[in-house]
Amino acid sequence: MSVEAREARQPWILLAPAISAVTLLLLVPLIFIVVYSFWLRTATGADQVGFYLDNWQEALTDRFYRDILFSTLRIAAITTVVCALMGYPAAYFIARSRGNKVILLLLLMLPFWISYIIRTMSWINILGVSGALNTLLMSVGIIGEPINMLYNETTVILGLVHFLLPFMVLNVFVSLDGIDTNLEDAANSLGATKWQSFIQVTLPLSLPGLAAGGLLCFVLGAGTYITPLVLGGPRDAMFANLVFEAIITQLNWPLGSALSLMLLVVLGALVMIYNRYLGMAQLMKGLG
Amino acid sequence: MSTVILDKIVKRFGTFTAVHPTNLEIPEGTFLTLLGPSGCGKTTNLRMIAGLLDPTEGEIRIGGKSVNNVPIHKRNLGIVFQNYALFPHKSVADNVAFGLKYRNIPSSEIPGRVQKALDLVQLPDVGDRYPKALSGGQQQRIALARAIVIEPDVLLLDEPLSALDANLREDMRVELKRIQDQIGVTTVFVTHDQSEALAMSDQIVVMSAGRVEQVGTPEEVYNRPASEFVANFLGASNIIEGKCTGKDAETAALDVPVFGKVPVPADKAPHVSEGAAKLVLRAEKLLLMPQGADTTGMVTSEAVVETVDYQGQTVRYFIRAGDRQFQAINMIDGHPFAEGTTVTVGFRPIDCAGLPG
Ligand SMILES: Nc1ncnc2c1ncn2[C@@H]1O[C@H](COP(=O)(O)OP(=O)(O)O)[C@@H](O)[C@H]1O
Ligand SMILES: [Mg+2]
Repeated sequence: MSVEAREARQPWILLAPAISAVTLLLLVPLIFIVVYSFWLRTATGADQVGFYLDNWQEALTDRFYRDILFSTLRIAAITTVVCALMGYPAAYFIARSRGNKVILLLLLMLPFWISYIIRTMSWINILGVSGALNTLLMSVGIIGEPINMLYNETTVILGLVHFLLPFMVLNVFVSLDGIDTNLEDAANSLGATKWQSFIQVTLPLSLPGLAAGGLLCFVLGAGTYITPLVLGGPRDAMFANLVFEAIITQLNWPLGSALSLMLLVVLGALVMIYNRYLGMAQLMKGLG
Repeated sequence: MSTVILDKIVKRFGTFTAVHPTNLEIPEGTFLTLLGPSGCGKTTNLRMIAGLLDPTEGEIRIGGKSVNNVPIHKRNLGIVFQNYALFPHKSVADNVAFGLKYRNIPSSEIPGRVQKALDLVQLPDVGDRYPKALSGGQQQRIALARAIVIEPDVLLLDEPLSALDANLREDMRVELKRIQDQIGVTTVFVTHDQSEALAMSDQIVVMSAGRVEQVGTPEEVYNRPASEFVANFLGASNIIEGKCTGKDAETAALDVPVFGKVPVPADKAPHVSEGAAKLVLRAEKLLLMPQGADTTGMVTSEAVVETVDYQGQTVRYFIRAGDRQFQAINMIDGHPFAEGTTVTVGFRPIDCAGLPG
């Protein structure tokens, strides 16, 4: 075999394990889901194999699903904005600190060592009726009766921010860390104040990281079902809870499949838009 | 354009002193070079003048006014960084225009000024491009254009040529000097490259370990090194320990091993007095000759060639005379002396300098 032929084959050999894993674990199940979504669940509880549009019709026309889809996207959007506002300064601080970056990043990763569910449930001990905050407020005498702080949209967002903030910080950090600090010094020397240099130079150069962090927060936030389950009230269900409900509780795989594909398409469209935006950003050369 | 004065400047990082008490005056319009090995505090000094670092002690004055409490964005300085530091997300024209936006300049005038600056650095047509699309040398010129378009009081350059390859570096050296002459701005240039410093500067400040070793014109620091460090840092020198047997207004009579009596001009041995002294003999001034050659006016010795380092036009020899090794760098036409040859080596006393022992 010639050197060229060997070199041409090599990437495929190296990629083969990854490609087979993606095919087996992602692509094949996805095809199953697509097929399922056209089956029909009969009154007897058995699935009828065939090509029925009933599930899709229900998923797309029922106001209930649409409302929850919108509120899911709204919650994900608010969570993303809060993560960006809280995460950016933190990432900036870490990126600009001398020497101890590794320790700060390690601290940031520390929560990942505890199960996401436990982290979410910890809020019950903090905000619950007999939780830490109520106990504190009562002992100080600010309130007489415990306040009901849990099980609403705000606590769902709180839980999501708690879960997603490190992803935002990490992504912004990576892009801030790659920015030459001489650039801000240069802007300063040319007459820009610290704030003006930040707005003119650092912020635009860190946008790819902010966008990546934002996308991750949004997609993970919109796809979550544990947080609303643990920290939300009955009216705070998010879209993934509907999928969970359909598949696990009602054992209605066809409807659950159609619903999960709906969410997939919406979030997929978002990723495409992001790609498209970055594609345009590439026109502004040098961001690479 | 302004005189810059460093008045008893000290910079400490924690317990480490990067700059020991330093006094320096950089007269208006001067091209001054901070020269020294890596880590000697050149950049620290430059960053203090720029306002990117606060001096631990002392005062910096620019144009007669203390700038210790003037933030960098109000100092009106042009800085060129070693890695250019061009804004990658802005076009070349926007890079150059950046500083103009923060000055009270009518926006209609900005394109004209940008173009003038681009013309000055001889890159008139790259305004629409992005920095990534330019070569290293071109980026360097744009960085320079961006720094001078604001008509700074002082131009600060931190090893601006060191990232360029050798040929380009020599071109840019000439170019940079031309531009500085043309606009006449007070310039502080940092380098560890002695030939760069000698070629470009009006004044050279030789630094070592946070201290100023010598301040002078290139000719002064080269021919009259004030210390052994300076003698060795600016080209290769042979430092021969001996003694001074007498000094008058004309000459300092040095007596050194191997060569014997060497009457060094008194002005090249200002700090030498009777007693222990050192002779500074530059490697380029020590000539190798065939035995029996005419050596009128020279101090000579017999020597054996030990090592020959052939470099084309020049050859670097290590020779042994008596029990000592000396270094000589000679221009040649033809063949270098072969290793093992016995030769006559000699130098003219007026080419030497003396240091106190
Ligand atoms: N921010 C800093 N913190 C601690 N030490 C520093 C800092 N900046 C420079 N130094 C030290 O000060 C000395 C001089 O550095 P610098 O001025 O950059 O040298 P040069 O530019 O001559 O190579 C070096 O030993 C360097 O390690
Ligand atoms: Mg330096």
